[in-house]
Amino acid sequence: MRYNKLGFIVATLVFAFALLFSPHSAFAAEEEGEFDAGPFIIDHVTDSYGWHICGEGDKSVTIPLPIILFDNGLQVFSSAKFHHGEAAYKGYALGWGDQKGSIVKLQDDYTGHLEEGEEYAVDHVCKFNISITKNVCALFISLILIAWIFLSVAKQYKRHPNEAPRGLQGLVEPVVIFLQDEVINPSLGSHAPKYTPYLLTLFFFILLNNLMGIIPIFPGGANLTGNIAVTGVLALITFFVTQFSGDKEYWKDIVNTPGVPWWLKFPLPIMPLVETIGIFTKPFVLMVRLFANITAGHIIILGFISLIFIFGQMAPALGYSVSVVSILFYIFMGCLELLVAFIQAFVFTLLSAIYIGMACGHEEAPEIAK
Amino acid sequence: MELIKPSFGLIFWMLIGFGILLFILAKFAWPVITNGIASRNKKIQDQLDEAAKVHAEMENLHLRHEEMLAQAKADRDEILAEARKISIEIQDNAKAKADSEAQAIIEEAKKAIHYEKMKAMTDVKNEIANLSIDIAEKVMTQELSDKAKQEQLIAKWVDENHLN
Repeated sequence: MRYNKLGFIVATLVFAFALLFSPHSAFAAEEEGEFDAGPFIIDHVTDSYGWHICGEGDKSVTIPLPIILFDNGLQVFSSAKFHHGEAAYKGYALGWGDQKGSIVKLQDDYTGHLEEGEEYAVDHVCKFNISITKNVCALFISLILIAWIFLSVAKQYKRHPNEAPRGLQGLVEPVVIFLQDEVINPSLGSHAPKYTPYLLTLFFFILLNNLMGIIPIFPGGANLTGNIAVTGVLALITFFVTQFSGDKEYWKDIVNTPGVPWWLKFPLPIMPLVETIGIFTKPFVLMVRLFANITAGHIIILGFISLIFIFGQMAPALGYSVSVVSILFYIFMGCLELLVAFIQAFVFTLLSAIYIGMACGHEEAPEIAK
Repeated sequence: MELIKPSFGLIFWMLIGFGILLFILAKFAWPVITNGIASRNKKIQDQLDEAAKVHAEMENLHLRHEEMLAQAKADRDEILAEARKISIEIQDNAKAKADSEAQAIIEEAKKAIHYEKMKAMTDVKNEIANLSIDIAEKVMTQELSDKAKQEQLIAKWVDENHLN
């Protein structure tokens, strides 16, 4: 019952926020100039150096995040110094054009306002940029949240062994059991215990970040699992785990694929080539699938929100009337995204388990994958 | 382009962050949780097995009880039947004995009656003989004087005695 209430409160807040602020923001945008949906959407699904909470332009509320650069020694300063890309600090500025999203070093160590229309020569793009961006911040929040959830659940198991689950334990346990019984154990067979921690961590990490991505206000709202770097790292870990757990049979099947006519292997090694490419396409697909699904959902939602702004520019009344439709579609998409959040976390974990299972000699795919 | 260009910083923090999370959870959370679930599953399974065993035992006990009850009933019936048989036997024996005794008594009585009858006959015969002698004596003493009277008397006595 407590969860239901919480969900209801969140949904109400979302609705109220969207309904109250969107048309007004549209008017604010109107004052500043044409509203362009493209950059608006891209800005919201990509990373940024500050965490925008609300408001527009000078009145906006943004949490400044630290910039950390390894460029001529360690450089640490607040992202507030950039004034949303309108200022440079010690010659560092937010990139524009092709360098958008990265931090560039200008040719002279200039600190201060960047005039619009003036040309600034870029010396180089900062390669070792480990700034705590919005996504990194969201990553830390989710890491702390996940660690807290599962350590407290583990404590429950320790404190009340062999008892019925209670509280958070009851929320987590069915999911863990489902994953163990339907995904991990059928995919990995006797190898399951070795990979269970990784697969469970993977699932809950993706799931929690998917869900946090749906929440539009701080501390949610960062598109972490819709970021290709994050999905890429997860896929990379699965890739390495798969390769390192590959037994002799796995490599033999790649070099000399069984059940294939000989002329596909000799003199032209077509099958080995295909198999070798397959090693890399599998994690690549994992990376793209999660990234694309989550980002697409966000883009669609932002598209609906943009509609309010676009119509609001034509006439405020039109903006208000469209906002009702947009919010309804937003709620519908939100529900869909909720579903996608679970499905994508599940699919990523299932496929990782199957890939690892195939590599370590457990040929049988689980019932659920068929 | 920005959308599909992985940034170095995020990869860096992701590797570190996810690595630490994996380490912490793999060391302190997952083994405890999975073992906790497994141990509880085992406990529940054990208790189910135990319950099944107890149930089977109960069934067995019940069966034995039933068996004993049936046995007891059969024993009772047997004993009753035996008792009835014995009582009938006893009754029959008693009847037979009584019959034979009665027969014996009747025989005895018959014999006694016959004996008494014989005795009485003998006594009557003796009495007749004595009477004859007495008559003869009286005839001798009283009527010998008159011949005609003698004969008349004799005929009268003979006539009288002819009753026997």
